[in-house]
Amino acid sequence: MSVSTGTGVSIIGAGLSKFGRQPGRSGRELALDAIAAALTDAGLDWPDVQVAYGGSDGSGLADTLVADLGLTGIPFTNVKNGCATGGSALLSAVHAIRSGAAEVALAVGFDKHPRGAFDPRPEDWGLPAAYGEAGLMVTTQFFGIKIARYLREHGISERTLALVAEKAYRNGALNPNAWRREPMSADEIAGADMVNDPLTRFMFCSPGEGGAAIVLASDAAAAGSGRAVRLLGAATRTRRFGSFEVFSPAIQGSGRPSSVSSDAAAAAFAAAGVGPDEVDVAQLQDTESGAEIMHLAECGFCKDGEQEAMIAAGETEIGGRLPVNTDGGCIANGEPIGASGLRQVHEIVTQLRGEAGARQVAAPRVGFTHVYGAPGISACTVLAV
Amino acid sequence: MGRSLTGSRCTHCGTVAFPQAPGCQRCGRRSTEPLELSTRGTVWGFTVQRFAPKSPPYVVPEGGFVPFAVGYVELAEGVKVEAVLDCPDGSDFSKLDGAEVTLVATEPVPRFAMEPVV
Repeated sequence: MSVSTGTGVSIIGAGLSKFGRQPGRSGRELALDAIAAALTDAGLDWPDVQVAYGGSDGSGLADTLVADLGLTGIPFTNVKNGCATGGSALLSAVHAIRSGAAEVALAVGFDKHPRGAFDPRPEDWGLPAAYGEAGLMVTTQFFGIKIARYLREHGISERTLALVAEKAYRNGALNPNAWRREPMSADEIAGADMVNDPLTRFMFCSPGEGGAAIVLASDAAAAGSGRAVRLLGAATRTRRFGSFEVFSPAIQGSGRPSSVSSDAAAAAFAAAGVGPDEVDVAQLQDTESGAEIMHLAECGFCKDGEQEAMIAAGETEIGGRLPVNTDGGCIANGEPIGASGLRQVHEIVTQLRGEAGARQVAAPRVGFTHVYGAPGISACTVLAV
Repeated sequence: MGRSLTGSRCTHCGTVAFPQAPGCQRCGRRSTEPLELSTRGTVWGFTVQRFAPKSPPYVVPEGGFVPFAVGYVELAEGVKVEAVLDCPDGSDFSKLDGAEVTLVATEPVPRFAMEPVV
């Protein structure tokens, strides 16, 4: 690994609530579970936290959690940034520590979504109501259009989509905290009901439930921790001109759409002073299995089209060259929007510490996380021990 | 034929938007003029909506839901417009890949078809 000063910030605690359906429990309760787990992991108590950031997409305001955590008077800022909510909260905590405003900071994300697909309203997206009446306010269409074109352009088979989902369920079966813990064969995945060609229903993640929390500290404050994971680089970005996003009435510009994931990943790697080839374990947004395939290239782990051979050779499996979504990703854990980005960080921290049990990657030193979401946002981190 | 989509063009950098926009996504300036877009284009990407979207807001057509194609049509002005896509026999959607299509409706959303309008 090349020499890097990193961000000067380390992760000293990581915690999750249970993921998956939990009748009778609120999103806020899941957030409290995650915070308690992260604080215990860090060996700290709530009064040790000097600043906090967090949010959910649809399960309430994070700053109300102080009623149950303790009224210590610290600044607690609500974050609402779609799928990047957790990543944005984490970045805010990093900035607070780097600015000298705090030595110990908390980032938390949580959500509890009702069953079924998300229910977006055209007016919230700046679109005429007609888009809803015509049946175009369906998030899964975007993923189908993007991956269908990508497969054709780069000669990747539909079978590879099924292999990615098969891996997600297989890894989920090894993860005691995952929602989906039953392995499923590629044949069953490929043969399931088509949602939006070429994606079948078992290739998609489902809106779900869960909370995730991360405790961060300055490298100086983390020095005594022993289990600290260094945050080498972190970045969030919004889309640049010419990108292709969900609910776009048009894609502007000619040529290939820009990628916010590429921008955020490149910025995180540049800050970290390491390259994608140095990463030992990665978490990539897998809203559906095609997203994992495209994000491998967008984040710099391979060239377009190489995924077909990579995945066939098992390179993204737990025992492979670049294990991806070792906890089962969004497909096996579900998508509680506010929590997903920090769940990814939790998994990389767990892997780098060598505490991932049955799904442990052999001695990883450098890890990477990537979230992507509407309306064209991405957050990435590079972590190391 | 009196049927076209109205977008806008940035008077500074020429970037074309659809629908008509007050500002430019490329250069950030706020000076645009209306622009009638081409009525023919090429299918850039598409998928098939296999299940009935949630109602409301989706309005199920008379006769019930049938799967339909949705995608983006690349126009000469340098913009790809989201549209419902019709193919000749109504079910062999694979023919839409890279197909030349013609605008057949602007409401409720843009709609293009493979068969030219006579």
